[in-house]
Amino acid sequence: MAVHDKAGRPVVVVTGMGVVTSLGAGKDENWKKLIAGQSGIRAITRFPTDNLKTRIAGTVDFVAAEPFSAPLLSERLAEIAAAEAVTQARIGSAKNFPGPLFIAVAPVEIEWTQRVELAAAAGANDQISYDDLLRAAASGKFGHHHARFQFASVAENLSEKFGTRGMPIALSTACASGASAIQLGVEAIRRGDTDAALCIGTDGSINTENVVRFSLLSALTSANDPPEAAAKPFSKNRDGFVMAEGAGALVLESYESAKARGATILGVVEGCGELSDSFHRTRTSPDAKPIIGCMQQAIADAGLIPAEIDYINAHGTSTPENDKMEALGVSAVFGERAPQVPMSSNKSMIGHTLSAAGAVEAVVTLMTLDHQRLPPTINHLVPDPAIPLDVVPNVARDATLSHALSNSFGFGGQNVSLVMGLEPA
Amino acid sequence: MADAAREVWITGLGLVSCLGEGPDAHWQRLAAGEPGADTTSFAPWVVHPLVPLALDTQIPKKGDQRQMEPWQRTGTYAAGLALESAGVKGDKELLGRMDMIVAAGGGERDYAADGAILAGLRNAADPGAYLNERLMSDLRPTLFLAQLSNLLAGNISVVHGVTGSSRTFMGEEGAGIEAARTALSRIKAGQSDIALVGGSQNGERKDLLMLFEFGGFALKDAFEAVWNRDAAPGFALASLGAFLVLEARDHAEKRGAKPLAKLSAVVSDQVRRTAPGAIESSLGALWDRLPPVDPARAVVLSGAAGTAPATAEEKAVLAARGLPVRATGTFVGHSLEPQFVVNLALATVALGHGKLFPPCDPTGFEAPFEGALGQVVVTGVGHWRGEGLALVEAVG
Repeated sequence: MAVHDKAGRPVVVVTGMGVVTSLGAGKDENWKKLIAGQSGIRAITRFPTDNLKTRIAGTVDFVAAEPFSAPLLSERLAEIAAAEAVTQARIGSAKNFPGPLFIAVAPVEIEWTQRVELAAAAGANDQISYDDLLRAAASGKFGHHHARFQFASVAENLSEKFGTRGMPIALSTACASGASAIQLGVEAIRRGDTDAALCIGTDGSINTENVVRFSLLSALTSANDPPEAAAKPFSKNRDGFVMAEGAGALVLESYESAKARGATILGVVEGCGELSDSFHRTRTSPDAKPIIGCMQQAIADAGLIPAEIDYINAHGTSTPENDKMEALGVSAVFGERAPQVPMSSNKSMIGHTLSAAGAVEAVVTLMTLDHQRLPPTINHLVPDPAIPLDVVPNVARDATLSHALSNSFGFGGQNVSLVMGLEPA
Repeated sequence: MADAAREVWITGLGLVSCLGEGPDAHWQRLAAGEPGADTTSFAPWVVHPLVPLALDTQIPKKGDQRQMEPWQRTGTYAAGLALESAGVKGDKELLGRMDMIVAAGGGERDYAADGAILAGLRNAADPGAYLNERLMSDLRPTLFLAQLSNLLAGNISVVHGVTGSSRTFMGEEGAGIEAARTALSRIKAGQSDIALVGGSQNGERKDLLMLFEFGGFALKDAFEAVWNRDAAPGFALASLGAFLVLEARDHAEKRGAKPLAKLSAVVSDQVRRTAPGAIESSLGALWDRLPPVDPARAVVLSGAAGTAPATAEEKAVLAARGLPVRATGTFVGHSLEPQFVVNLALATVALGHGKLFPPCDPTGFEAPFEGALGQVVVTGVGHWRGEGLALVEAVG
């Protein structure tokens, strides 16, 4: 294969991958469970769930992050995924990764644990206001909160740990964030700014207020029992997504430099597409034009046509709105062939890992290509007649795959699609 | 492959701060040496409050205004000004392929709800259950969307129709530096023709003050010019919004757009600040990566925050380079994510006037400059991490 694509740009390959989700840590564990159709969704035990409508999530409970805060767990998850990716890539040396870091993280803020701590330190009676909290903050005893709760803290710590170059970029495009991190890495390599990039999506932000926030937007399923049946993308009875935690990490390299150092090529990021939606803050344009354009751009950017796409790793959140619009978009892009293009949702098993989802699902998509086997959409018991697509219902199956599309759509009109393929022989 | 030498123009500018709205209002206050600090509203903390905005002029639908908190309204408003200034507002075809990188933090808390919940938690028999119950009943469902970092970009898409691409960089001062650097690199490399870059902050916020007060970074008690804070270092939080339209020269010429200035380079790094002098050496190395500047027509607009040790180390670098310096933070205060873009905008304004505004610094570090202004080096040194420089130049 040439080291430049049809447009004359450096080909971008993946030489290392790592993943952690509620199913477990590492590619092997996740792949085994995804192919077996296992769910990582469970009852939340991290905090009390009394009075909450949704009491389940795909929390990652096997990674210690005490005292819990979203940036701390997000950082730990990112470390696990990145360590797996960098180790596999055998790139650089310890604490010396030869390229920049692009990391998708959830927005960071002081949490209730800290507010309560400050209120106690302020010693206010009856009424408590931010003046009291500020007074406590000024005591000088809480400098560690400044370090922890800045938006750049996770990125800086990761950058130091892996020794990435330059200023790390921490980004958010809501539920498309993980895909945006990969897209930024691809663009930097194509520009010739760098030969390698570490791209991570991470999210460990399941706390009370975040569950309440999504719950109040009516985005979450409240089918709490049994938890593993709650996420049912593309089913007629789908009723919201399940929040989840995890991280995905990819070492991207120019094909030229990867070949030169004899690296094993795990796959190729062939194309990226992006088009935002101006229709509404949380809803997709009813004509699905932005997501159609997004997928078309990604396929065109890969130098392909829709007929060459063999599999779609769906955004597939299990909300009534997303799945309907994604199916509509896929039908428009793939036309008469749409029902024959398998499309499955990893979120049926691992839940929606939010800022991490695009990166986690890119890793799974590349494993899907590698294994030539399609992970299923589980909990598909009541097909939706309005979605006449092959969602790989309930059971994994083998397939012959060359190119796959992975979709990520988010609040704020964010749409990113990636096309990935295998290194041609 | 793209032409590596593709020139990038600043063709649009939207700026609102404590100094006013638009380039002229800012220039007048800078020329008159009138900072916009407020030492009473949030006493003992000093803030730079935003001037009132005629929101309807840039965000015509009240429904849109209601969906946003102040930081988003400020940013969406400033973005509208930038698009208007570039002559692209309402141009659906162009906005449909315009790229956008927003540098953003997060949104305001509901102070009343937080306070009431904290008070109630004191005596709650089951604090966990109580917190859940109150959050479910007290939080406005749409508040989340007003807090989410990427929803400034989302609102700009909804209100102004910018939809080519939309990325939000987070992470304090570095976010704005990387937003400008990435947009510039993409245009130079032919990955983009035109991009909207910027951000906003509401600094009149006790929750934000609290984050920086944890580390002792918030300016208290008395207002001083940035270079005159050695005795009591700190930054005064700013409310402001700043957006630029960056555009490939060939793209601008084709549509008959005039350049306000040229963005020639943005360079950045992030060194570990464990040893004294780390910032100084980082900035020095970055300076050497800039194109050459002509001392007869070049000045520095510093984004120094007034914190220790960052500002002292920056000052040492600037003193060694010897160009006339102005600290814009004295005037507009310090915003985190958007600050670098604010200074790119103020550099553009000064270049438009062909001269520099007078010193506003009792320490005498800011030297007079009466020459014809042709180049501005913009600095951005994060109060905690991240260093960046840009070169903005007059066109022609």
